[in-house]
Amino acid sequence: MTGSPVLALRGVSKRFGAVQALTDIELEVNAGEVVALVGDNGAGKSTLVKAVAGVNQPDEGVIEWEGRPVAIHRPQDAQHLGVATVYQDLALCDNLDVVGNLFLGRELMRFGVLDEVRMEKRSRTLLDTLSIRIPSVRIPIASLSGGQRQVVAIARSLIGSPKIVILDEPTAALGVEQTAQVLDLVERLRDQGLGVILISHNMADVMAVADRIAVLRLGRNNGFFDRRSTSQEEIISAITGATDNAVTRRQARGTEGDL
Amino acid sequence: MSDDGNNTPQPGNGSRRNPLPEDAMPKGGVNAPVPVAAEATPAVDPRLIIRQEGVKGYLGEFRRRVSSGELGSLPVVLALIVIWAVFGSLNSTFLSAQNLSNLSQQIVGTGMIAIGVVFVLLLGEIDLSVGSVSGLCAAIFAVMNVTHGVNEWVALLSAVAGGAVVGLIQGLFFAKIGVPAFVVTLAGFLFWNGLMLQILGASGTVNLSGHDIVSRLYTTIYGQAIAAYALAAVGVLLFLGAALLDAGRRRNAGVPYRPASDIALRTIVLAVLAFLAAYTLNQYKGLPLALLIFLIFIVVLDFVLRRTGYGRQIFALGGNIEGARRAGINISWIRISVFMICSTMAAVGGLFLAAQIQSASQTSGGGNLLMNAIAAAVIGGTSLFGGRGNTWSALLGALVIGSIQSGMNIQGLSNAIQFMITGAVLLAAVVIDSLSRRTQRAAGRA
Repeated sequence: MTGSPVLALRGVSKRFGAVQALTDIELEVNAGEVVALVGDNGAGKSTLVKAVAGVNQPDEGVIEWEGRPVAIHRPQDAQHLGVATVYQDLALCDNLDVVGNLFLGRELMRFGVLDEVRMEKRSRTLLDTLSIRIPSVRIPIASLSGGQRQVVAIARSLIGSPKIVILDEPTAALGVEQTAQVLDLVERLRDQGLGVILISHNMADVMAVADRIAVLRLGRNNGFFDRRSTSQEEIISAITGATDNAVTRRQARGTEGDL
Repeated sequence: MSDDGNNTPQPGNGSRRNPLPEDAMPKGGVNAPVPVAAEATPAVDPRLIIRQEGVKGYLGEFRRRVSSGELGSLPVVLALIVIWAVFGSLNSTFLSAQNLSNLSQQIVGTGMIAIGVVFVLLLGEIDLSVGSVSGLCAAIFAVMNVTHGVNEWVALLSAVAGGAVVGLIQGLFFAKIGVPAFVVTLAGFLFWNGLMLQILGASGTVNLSGHDIVSRLYTTIYGQAIAAYALAAVGVLLFLGAALLDAGRRRNAGVPYRPASDIALRTIVLAVLAFLAAYTLNQYKGLPLALLIFLIFIVVLDFVLRRTGYGRQIFALGGNIEGARRAGINISWIRISVFMICSTMAAVGGLFLAAQIQSASQTSGGGNLLMNAIAAAVIGGTSLFGGRGNTWSALLGALVIGSIQSGMNIQGLSNAIQFMITGAVLLAAVVIDSLSRRTQRAAGRA
């Protein structure tokens, strides 16, 4: 990875009333890289993602896009930059078919009329490139399983040719096979040169696909880890703050005392 | 992939595997670009039930759809057949060309209002003010044209524009302030009725001249036999042309298309129905202009719903509001515009109803008109729960309700019994809607 990262957060802070949700957060995402964002509930993962996705604006700090500082005021701004977000509730329309959902809000037109043929063709190509297997692109979303809906939601985020894809808990509700499919998909996104921010509570998933792991704890960075040189235990300690609690402090004092 | 024996969706060995060759997006294997023809059905999930060719496959597909609760217009078509058979056997005048021709004119007013109701129902909302709005707009036209002698076209446009303004106001309260549509339109129901009485003034009734534009739109009947047959032929040819064009484009693009036998079957069914209707109309006076206008409204708005981005957004909103919002759809605009369409259609329906009785009076838009319009949309197969339906349900539903009324009148039955039967049919329609929704959920289609 040469040059500046696609997305970089520099000293981002966010307050909600009396709560300091984020304090001086740093995060970099390069093209062709999966960055896992982990942390306990309330660590600030969602707030951080919302800041990037344009749902909330940070109070302080800078968001850099390909080296230039940018302002993301609305979700559309993020989409224009090339940030696609797949939220945990997939927000698919059950009554529309797969094609309708993939192109919702970005329909291809021909003489002012929906170009169903071109949309269907592009849907098939896209799903094929991602090796997504669904029964048909013309069945309503209601007929799909949870895993299939998840991959459709991810595929939908790719319609606008984004550079960064943010996945919020993509495997939370999925079975073994479906989880594997989504993880495969994440790897394929990376192989196609996209930056991926993966939010997950599942350490096995994180260790399976992430290149780097950013840990948040109580709204602060609590370490960056390279997956290859890190054990699951180290990350869990960073998430829970096990390296910084009464027990470890006492142990540390104890060892000092022995010396 | 049913042809290469590799049924596992993806190598699910998941986590720390080395990149496999196929990760580099190969052009072969599972990802092979397949020569797509409808018969070959490649690259589809082996679990997908594939429709067989021809009529047999068509019947199989039909049976599967019905058993999984995708009833569509089937119940209403069956109901219509039963109603016509019962009244036809009770009294032969019911199925006479004269009665059916009159029926085709009488349903236009309610049917027009029902088209607007379909739009609102697609959002999963309701508009209770359509009856009052139809009366109000009829009064606007009558008072402007008859009492004040305004040009008939100006009066007509003012009445229709009045409907649009009513929809704008109600839509603003619903979409921008967030008052539930039920309450906004219930208030509108009273308010617009009051405004209508105010406009009609002391006399309370304004009779139309009988040769103004609205009366002419309703009473004109094209007597030449060629008119009705030509309309039927144009309709069938348009359908056939659109189907062939679509199939051709799909074949060229390499996506599944409707086989020729399927298109032929549909065209033949449509042609039989269209020419039978044309023949019946010609047996009496001919093709009523009102029916023609009604059909044009249905076809155009059906096109808007199914083929334009705007229609797609309406369906999306009826399916998942949050999903629609995240997709960048302007929720407020869609809601306001749909309420405007609904009220405008109510205005158009009100004008036809006024022409039918040749006056705008204090009872215009009252009685059971509101219930009939909503019932027509629901009976026709548009779901009360949003996201499913089409404008043709307005025609089918209005035909059912109109047929019941006409049949009862011929039998000399009282209003009391008419109301009870119409109520029972409405309840049956909603029961079918609820049951089919439940079945669909069980069959994973909703």
